[in-house]
Amino acid sequence: MAKMAGKQMVVEALKREGVEVVFGYPGGAIIDVFDAIDKDGSIKFVLVRHEQGATHAADGYARSSGKVGVCIVTSGPGATNTVTGIATAYMDSVPMVVITGQVPTALIGNDAFQEVDIVGITRPCTKHNYLVKDVKDLSRILKEAFYLARSGRPGPVLIDIPKDVQNGKAEFAYPEEIELRSYKPVADPHIKQIERACALIEQARKPIIYAGGGVVIAGAHKELRALAEEISAPVAMTLMGLGGFPGTHPYSLGMLGMHGSYCSNMAMANTDLIIAVGARFDDRVTGKIEAFAPMAKIIHMDVDPTSIQKNVKVDVPIVGDCKKGLSKLLKVLKEGGRDQETWKNQHKAWWEQIRAWEKRHPLSYKKDSNVIKPQYVIERLYDMTKGRAIITTEVGQNQMWTAQFYKFDEPRTLLTSGGLGTMGYGFPAAIGAQIAFPDKLVVDVAGDGSIQMNIQEMATAMEQKLPVKIVILNNQFLGMVRQWQELFYEKRYVATRFQVVPDFVRLAEAYGAKGFRATRPEEVDQVLKQGLETDGLVIMEFAIAREEGVFPMVPAGKATTEMLLV
Amino acid sequence: MRHTLSVLVENNPGALSRIAGLFSGRGFNIESLCVAATLDPTLSHLTLVTSGADLIIEQIIKQLNRLVDVYKVVDVSEGEYVEREMALIKVKAEAETRAEVLRIVDIFRCKVVDVSPKTYTLEVTGPETKLKAVLELLRPIGIKEIARTGTIAMAREKKTV
Repeated sequence: MAKMAGKQMVVEALKREGVEVVFGYPGGAIIDVFDAIDKDGSIKFVLVRHEQGATHAADGYARSSGKVGVCIVTSGPGATNTVTGIATAYMDSVPMVVITGQVPTALIGNDAFQEVDIVGITRPCTKHNYLVKDVKDLSRILKEAFYLARSGRPGPVLIDIPKDVQNGKAEFAYPEEIELRSYKPVADPHIKQIERACALIEQARKPIIYAGGGVVIAGAHKELRALAEEISAPVAMTLMGLGGFPGTHPYSLGMLGMHGSYCSNMAMANTDLIIAVGARFDDRVTGKIEAFAPMAKIIHMDVDPTSIQKNVKVDVPIVGDCKKGLSKLLKVLKEGGRDQETWKNQHKAWWEQIRAWEKRHPLSYKKDSNVIKPQYVIERLYDMTKGRAIITTEVGQNQMWTAQFYKFDEPRTLLTSGGLGTMGYGFPAAIGAQIAFPDKLVVDVAGDGSIQMNIQEMATAMEQKLPVKIVILNNQFLGMVRQWQELFYEKRYVATRFQVVPDFVRLAEAYGAKGFRATRPEEVDQVLKQGLETDGLVIMEFAIAREEGVFPMVPAGKATTEMLLV
Repeated sequence: MRHTLSVLVENNPGALSRIAGLFSGRGFNIESLCVAATLDPTLSHLTLVTSGADLIIEQIIKQLNRLVDVYKVVDVSEGEYVEREMALIKVKAEAETRAEVLRIVDIFRCKVVDVSPKTYTLEVTGPETKLKAVLELLRPIGIKEIARTGTIAMAREKKTV
């Protein structure tokens, strides 16, 4: 077999993995791979303006499409700039392959120009990573990386390729199948555990399904819905789980946890059985752990065994893929012979209680005719897009208002940094999603703080002719931190008030995009309409009530029943 | 509770660092760590002593298993097992204490591996408790230096990792 250069192996591997687009930024240590991609001509290359943007764009591409996101950057600062994006993808289990250039092997360890131990730096925030020392290993490593990134609990995998390895030659031996003796993710849950789970479900009087991002990742949307409808159980979702169950479904209680609905949190506190699916009992969900669901038995289904029994004691652990797990669970339940009526009767009192909670404190906000309420903007955005857009968010109040007031019916329509809470995520992620779905409406909901963290990517969006719509909820504050300062720091607004905020409309224009601004409630509809109807990249800026808060809110470390309401 | 874990790990560069990093990053404690090749040159055997409540140990084992390089993890302290540690101890041995040091060597079945006019260097192997006892007896005589290996362990009888 003819020998192939390392740089060509990269291109060949990308093609075999079905990669159509890569995001990245060039530099001396990766120039050869870029050159090879260009020569080949079959892979679209998206040049970002900052490597963090590349990782978030690859992440948005991956989350929206379910494919592996790929980014390629140079060594040293190029590599370190990806770390936030990698950690973001790691926390939210996003399949991603990051290829970094490295100084020639002879220089590694010599503090060479633009050298950094990126494998060492990213070890704790990648699913796995590699430094390729010999071009003979490269094709196998590329295959392994894609396999690891997308299998089991997905995650980012980094491959660091020294310049001489990129140019060295070897046979391209790309394995068809990967067999790693040390890595065997369990996809098929154990039937015994499924049966134990069913027994608990049959006994329960007040069950609740607690659905997380794992449902979305596994594509278990339909199975989850079938389960809820079969056993007549309410569904509370984590931020990452939104869209995993239709937000408009009568059984949906919306989000739970720190900014979850009153009803979700009360139901969690009073349930006798939690059916947790692809969720990990994050502290933002459980609040004070000792007070979390004190009377509940817990069934926990997750593909990653480390998530089970990490934060709470679990009665029935089910290790496996959520789609397979839910199907099996449903099958065994149906074999039990009960009809839906029986289930409905069994949970009748529970539903009455839930409806009462819903009525007592529905998600709401104080309307105002003088100043724009951010919740109103999201509500109108939902109405006008008919819930059919892919929404990305930044992090903070904008993210929580979106989670609360935009109803997500379909999986992969909300892209948001849940685990790491990365400001600056939303806009580059929207770029990635728009590239994956050129014909869909993609909207980034941002705050004035977050959008400024990766605003430079407007150039990328313009260059790629991406019609992303950016909604900026501008309160000239770092709103979420300000909310904490207001509630817990006697309104000492330290370092949360921006002295200088750019004119976002003119900023949009500076990049060649369009900008619209609303300063009064009656302008909201018009600006949204104009913005959504205008071709190309658009910023819609809304001057919102400056001291509006996100409610309900469970103060950190409190029980989830101790909610601050509107 | 003290637990002794036997970990088989791919003999890849960085594998040890992944394991050590896992412990430091998640706030778990490593009391002792010993690594060497196995009969299979592609695998390394690692003995790791740690302590914690059952839930913590469960997490440690799961997290170790999650590492792509980790082939197998066994908590050998769950069943019958033998464990050994080795120490080299350089102890003061002048006219008045030489006999006493040799008596201790005899009782604990240590070996004298080096002698100088003023010191003995002893080799001692055994479970951690034995090493502790030897050190306690030698300390009043005057220990000049020690080097220890950390614990290695193996399940008893037919069980293998």
